[in-house]
Amino acid sequence: MAGELADSSSRKKEALFANREEFARIVPLLRERGYAVIGPTIEQGAIVYAPIDSVEQLPIGWTDRQEAGMYRLERRADDAWFGYVVGPFSWKQYLFPPHTKMSESLLTAEGWEFRAVEDDAPMYAFLGVRACDLAALAIQDRVFMNGPYVDPVYEKRRRRALTIAVNCTQAAPTCFCASMGTGPHCRYGFDIAVTELSDGFLLEVGSERGEEIVSGLATSAATELQMAEAHQRRARAVAQITRKLDTHDIRNVLLSQLEHPRWQHVAERCLSCANCTMVCPTCFCCSVEEVADLAETRVERHRSWDSCFNWNFSYMNGGIVRQDIRARYRQWLTHKLASWIDQFGVSGCVGCGRCITWCPVGIDLTEEVAVIRGEAT
Amino acid sequence: MSTAACAGVRPDSAHPWVATPATIVRIDQEVPGVATYYLELCDEKARSDYRFQPGQFNMLYLPGAGEIAISVSGDPAAAGPYAHTIRRAGNVTGSLWQLKVGDKLGIRGPFGSGWPLGECQGRDVVLVAGGIGLAPLRPVIYSLSKWENELGRRVLLCGARSPETLLYHSQYLQWIEAGWQVETTVDRASPDWNGHVGAVTLLLERLRSVDASRAVLFCCGPEVMMKFSAMVALRRGWSADRIWISMERNMQCAVGWCGHCQWGPAFICRDGPVFRYDRIAPFLDVPGL
Amino acid sequence: MAEKPRLAVLKFASCDGCQLALLDLEERLLELGESVEIAFFLEASSRIEPGPYDVALVEGSITTPHDKERIHEVRRQSRFLITIGACATAGGIQALRNWADHEEFLRAVYAQPQYIAALEKSTPISDHVRVDFELRGCPINPSQLYEILRSLLHGRRPRTPAHSVCLDCKRRGTVCVTVARGIPCLGPVTQAGCGAICPTYDRGCYGCYGPAAQPNLVSLTSHLISTGVSQQEVVRTLRGFNGYSPEFRAESDRLAPP
Repeated sequence: MAGELADSSSRKKEALFANREEFARIVPLLRERGYAVIGPTIEQGAIVYAPIDSVEQLPIGWTDRQEAGMYRLERRADDAWFGYVVGPFSWKQYLFPPHTKMSESLLTAEGWEFRAVEDDAPMYAFLGVRACDLAALAIQDRVFMNGPYVDPVYEKRRRRALTIAVNCTQAAPTCFCASMGTGPHCRYGFDIAVTELSDGFLLEVGSERGEEIVSGLATSAATELQMAEAHQRRARAVAQITRKLDTHDIRNVLLSQLEHPRWQHVAERCLSCANCTMVCPTCFCCSVEEVADLAETRVERHRSWDSCFNWNFSYMNGGIVRQDIRARYRQWLTHKLASWIDQFGVSGCVGCGRCITWCPVGIDLTEEVAVIRGEAT
Repeated sequence: MSTAACAGVRPDSAHPWVATPATIVRIDQEVPGVATYYLELCDEKARSDYRFQPGQFNMLYLPGAGEIAISVSGDPAAAGPYAHTIRRAGNVTGSLWQLKVGDKLGIRGPFGSGWPLGECQGRDVVLVAGGIGLAPLRPVIYSLSKWENELGRRVLLCGARSPETLLYHSQYLQWIEAGWQVETTVDRASPDWNGHVGAVTLLLERLRSVDASRAVLFCCGPEVMMKFSAMVALRRGWSADRIWISMERNMQCAVGWCGHCQWGPAFICRDGPVFRYDRIAPFLDVPGL
Repeated sequence: MAEKPRLAVLKFASCDGCQLALLDLEERLLELGESVEIAFFLEASSRIEPGPYDVALVEGSITTPHDKERIHEVRRQSRFLITIGACATAGGIQALRNWADHEEFLRAVYAQPQYIAALEKSTPISDHVRVDFELRGCPINPSQLYEILRSLLHGRRPRTPAHSVCLDCKRRGTVCVTVARGIPCLGPVTQAGCGAICPTYDRGCYGCYGPAAQPNLVSLTSHLISTGVSQQEVVRTLRGFNGYSPEFRAESDRLAPP
């Protein structure tokens, strides 16, 4: 049903198989139905999520090599379409955009007139959403849609968006979704889930909207052999995940260690540059600014991504609350892994590893947590 | 942290970020640098729907200057206009200061948790206010002055920097007549001041008229003052779950989205500003949280 | 305001680029002309109105004995003094001479160095007089200047964002050039304002807007050096348009003591 978020967990449909040529038709099929297709593609030396109009724009035959503070594209030995993990972008770029004009105010003879700005974003089809990012979408749903107030920009975009998930068949050294219980297997929150096989794709339908799209492709019931290959490939991703984050009682562990010496240790390395919060698929901090003419008779309010790492983010009349990098890193980490649970009932971390890769000095939150727990030094 | 169930009715707006116009119908100069603005919602439906709980706040919006969270300081039972007591401090309040009666601005709200008046039932009530911290407590005074159910003693302990900065002092007599014990203290006395000198916590220390073991404490003022008031109260026999404080942080969205007002596990805008002390006590001790 | 505030644009040692940024406001410049009286702005008009001025925009650094005197007169004539650009706020690219022998430079550049009266160092305006607001950038961002003037016209204290260039890279969808391509970049320690231009064109940030708030330079330079960038290269990167800003200067001097 249109407008309903995919609840794939309740569906137990048998898996289907589409060969590469057939699956390639999904992009034009989506476009015919009015979707703007956003998928992984190579730009600026990385795999980003951008509008695509053909599967040829996918990073076919490419992969990513990632470690703390380092990302490189590399050629694969094969021509896999989805043979990489996650890059510097996340889907929040499209649902919670970096800049949004929220409202307009006009000074008339009768005083101020306030208007909401109608969001004219297209209907998105997200192609290639990994399990960690499905979890991230579900987390931002809680932030922007499931509380007493609903963010109209996010909600409209999210309800209309179609989600085509892709199961990871490999993992990067920065991945730790298994620790966070979010992946690598896509189990919920998709309209269609795809596992790439050697000669095509195994498709699982997660919603009526997904079913309608898949019915436009020539598919066959997946064979035992194909199912086994899919299983084996997904298992390879699981086996490759080496990074761990111990989440046991993590809320209490972190909130009871607010004066741990490790916060100072990490503050000496942290640049407070905000990169981790920008690449994080769940971070939602933002600021609103007034954009006006000199006379201030026509004023717009613009919302932009902001970050708890910014020095004046905690500014109030009495001064700046989180005055040093120690306080700001502590805020970010304890919010992400601990107080997020108080606020939204789930962890704010999905284990995608972006904050590790894209930290310019390679700070690794899993290592920081381990030290604070007393497991490492 | 559980959200206090104190949701008010807010102006009907499909968009939580968009303000509703309001007119300034009266401005009272209170003490130096502090004035109370009485705002009337322009839209009739918004006006008839608007209700607030003592302790809740509105976002006041001045296009071009920005928005600021201001607690509602008037009588919750009155149908409006709504009082907002504002201290001139930064850019937005500075711009508000330039407005006159008849000028318009935007309003969103009410937001946040209020003081849990239900907890006062059958108990002694002590309000501890520091400076402009009396503003969010004044609706409690109005409400409890006409409280029809059983109530113990009602005490207001008020601290200010100097005698001339005691907020709402022209109303103290009225409140005393309504049954309140009003005690004041100042940091710096003037020659004609005969009252107490020192921190408001001293008044709490010396307060003998209430039964601490069955009293409720609502406290609002600078963070350090609230922290020490709670410590004194605990020492005097208050139970930590009968103490409430009202916190302040920068707020931009007021609905838990922008992240600015985070404090430990809470969003001040959504889970606060009024918190039960035992739930947040550990975080009051952490600098830079 | 009953009368239009009077604006002056004044120049010290600089390239005029920041003054030109004011002209880059284009149609908004006309709007500005309606709100303020432009009393002194030689880049735009040879008409010179004497002070005092409500707002003075001061471009350039102090490099000559004459300018060292003149800035005090400018300060006396100005109610609100704003320095515009890297020269005025940090000494500019000409402050590179602060690490060298300026007599030697004079001899190398001028045929008759005895006619040149230049100070040994190029210094920011704030080293000489009280400055009410510093607008960063090489050159400044016209939109930031517009926002500052808007604040002042409405009696508010001006503010510019203090965040790093990284935030703006991410907002505009620029992939990190350091992480993805190993290009040294000052973005994490540089204040935003330019709109993250260089990384968007595949280059590292040059630090044109000067140090971000509380820049952790030791961590960044240590990391760059550990990933194979030479210490010499790091020092050269730090000693750019804002090389003489206290933070960048301290770090380059730590790595290469003068």
